[in-house]
Amino acid sequence: MAIHGCDYMGIYDLLSPEEKMVQESVSDFVDNEVLPIIEKHYQAGTFPMHLAEKMAELGVFGITLPQEYGCAGANNVCYGLAMQELERGDSAVRSFASVQSSLVMYPIYTYGSEEIRRKWLPKLASVQAIGCFGLTEPDFGSNPSGMITNAVKIDGGYLLNGAKMWITNGTLADVAVVWAKFEGKVRGFLVEKGMKGFTAPEMKGKHSLRASVTSELVFQDVEIPEENVLNVEGLRGPLSCLTQARYGISWGAIGAALACYESSLNYAKSRIQFDKPIASFQLVQEKLVYMLNEITKAQLLCYHLGRLKDAGTMRPQQVSMAKRNNVDIAIQIARIARDLHGANGILDEYPIMRHANNLESVRTYEGTHDIHTLILGADITGIQAFS
Amino acid sequence: MNIVVCVSQVPDTTTKIAIGADGKTIEKSGVKFILNPYDEYAIEEGLQLKEKFGGTVTALTVGNDSSKDILRTALAMGADKAVLISDSVNSDTFAIASSIADYAKTVAPDIIILGRQSIDYDSFAMASMVGELMNLPSISMVSSWTINGTSITAERDIEGGKEVIETSLPCVISAQKGLNNPRYPKLPDIMKAKSKPIDAVAGASVPARVMTVSMELPQTQRRGIILNDSEHDITELVRLLHEDAKVI
Ligand SMILES: Cc1cc2nc3c(=O)[nH]c(=O)nc-3n(C[C@H](O)[C@H](O)[C@H](O)COP(=O)(O)OP(=O)(O)OC[C@H]3O[C@@H](n4cnc5c(N)ncnc54)[C@H](O)[C@@H]3O)c2cc1C
Repeated sequence: MAIHGCDYMGIYDLLSPEEKMVQESVSDFVDNEVLPIIEKHYQAGTFPMHLAEKMAELGVFGITLPQEYGCAGANNVCYGLAMQELERGDSAVRSFASVQSSLVMYPIYTYGSEEIRRKWLPKLASVQAIGCFGLTEPDFGSNPSGMITNAVKIDGGYLLNGAKMWITNGTLADVAVVWAKFEGKVRGFLVEKGMKGFTAPEMKGKHSLRASVTSELVFQDVEIPEENVLNVEGLRGPLSCLTQARYGISWGAIGAALACYESSLNYAKSRIQFDKPIASFQLVQEKLVYMLNEITKAQLLCYHLGRLKDAGTMRPQQVSMAKRNNVDIAIQIARIARDLHGANGILDEYPIMRHANNLESVRTYEGTHDIHTLILGADITGIQAFS
Repeated sequence: MNIVVCVSQVPDTTTKIAIGADGKTIEKSGVKFILNPYDEYAIEEGLQLKEKFGGTVTALTVGNDSSKDILRTALAMGADKAVLISDSVNSDTFAIASSIADYAKTVAPDIIILGRQSIDYDSFAMASMVGELMNLPSISMVSSWTINGTSITAERDIEGGKEVIETSLPCVISAQKGLNNPRYPKLPDIMKAKSKPIDAVAGASVPARVMTVSMELPQTQRRGIILNDSEHDITELVRLLHEDAKVI
């Protein structure tokens, strides 16, 4: 149940009653609200906006932040379980929640003044306002420290110039958390919709994460008032947000893998070839066992990571391990599931190809697979191999 | 309005049920228990009544420590408090109904709402028994209803049609599927439910009146066989009906 029909090591029994309820509630939400409509949106390349409101009502945005800001005040295992369930629906739905919660509400809560918190957090929790996070630039992806977007001081604030690319929710956003250099140091700026000189055109033509809006952000002499500057300096700012989001993605990837595994198990038991269910063949069983095995390992990794995060002892490198591993096995599982479903594996009646395609983005964003390899490599050898 | 909702814990519908070693009970180890799906309608109805008329919603179950999970679900959906009545070992529907009635008499509810059946033992009897033991009117399987002052008009599904029944508060009703759309527990409410009380109450020590003699699983894996219309197939059909199905 907990780990949605696939809980080989009995992790469900380790969850608190609240954690179980969060998972079940989000799971029901995904079954009833997401799965029936998501394929249509994926095909059309549109974000299901009505789901954002329903997710807000459910309370998934800023789930770990205090209730006084309109949030749930839940722990990180609850957060992870919610992300897992949302991504069992679709990576785009989980991405929306990740951006809103970890990349927008988290920095506003952590680095914003009390006034800024009160202004934005309740609106973001109830999705009266949508947020986005602008770090990546056309020429600086894995290497954000090279960013060109910059701010200069003017009377009462700052003047922002530059461009961001690949920004989830950019076009929809009422507030953008934008990272730019000021006097050589990375700083965070809240850029609001409608500020003069700020535009956010949508990027089209994606074969992956089609139910998510991805945009450019363009800043031409945008005046940012002093109070919209976050109280953090250096890459530490954006990286701390990414740690939050990557943590959620590690759980989310399990959800996508579960959807592929569950569909594969059912399909293998019901599809008859050579007068037998294809599940009777050793090669097919091996595929199913591989999926189960990798999902179980990923679950244990996340469960433990969640407990560490709640205890306050989690290190970002441990999150890199989980993101790297779990997204990788989710892609492998999606590809094997595609194969196991035969021709049906490419059809929209099954969730397989959608997840397989989505996971290609998930592998790249929030630190590519290889960048996480280098983070872990640097951690264990003490030798940096980025440049 | 003082609203009491009775809930029960049942095996998850996706669980594979096995019969216990005694041949009379189900094997509970490894089974995940959930809130009885029909009780979700009962809770939702209770919450809607409270939203309309004010008052409190008390969720009640007869069970043991493991039943606390479903009470927490009821609290997370919005019930104000919960009561866990301890269950004796071999209780039957009557014993449980007695426990509910004994407790309910002490709080004099305006209305007691139940699910139409528990999907584990399917006795369908709880609402009527509780009503009878409390000397209150009861209406089972309500699919829609209205309250006007203290009078109630309820529609219930009957074989091939609908029946409209009138009665007055206080009363007992059981909820049919479709009575409403049960809400998902919202995440902030799940967290708030932690601080809502669950009272422990001793159950009535009423001996069971019926006894389960044995239990068995339905035959599984029934496969359809398609035959053609050749002479051989007809002979085979007769043989199958005679020897396998034993119907002729
Ligand atoms: C759908 C989608 C949504 C996104 N949403 C956001 C968002 O909301 N906000 C945001 O800021 N960004 C977002 N991104 C951007 C994402 O974070 C970047 O794409 C990612 O960081 C990689 O950057 P890049 O695409 O420029 O690839 P590059 O950095 O150019 O990498 C290309 C390849 O080179 C490899 N590589 C790079 N450097 C090294 C090295 N030192 N050693 C070995 N290999 C290396 C990479 O691993 C990769 O395989 C999104 C991306 C996608 C696809």
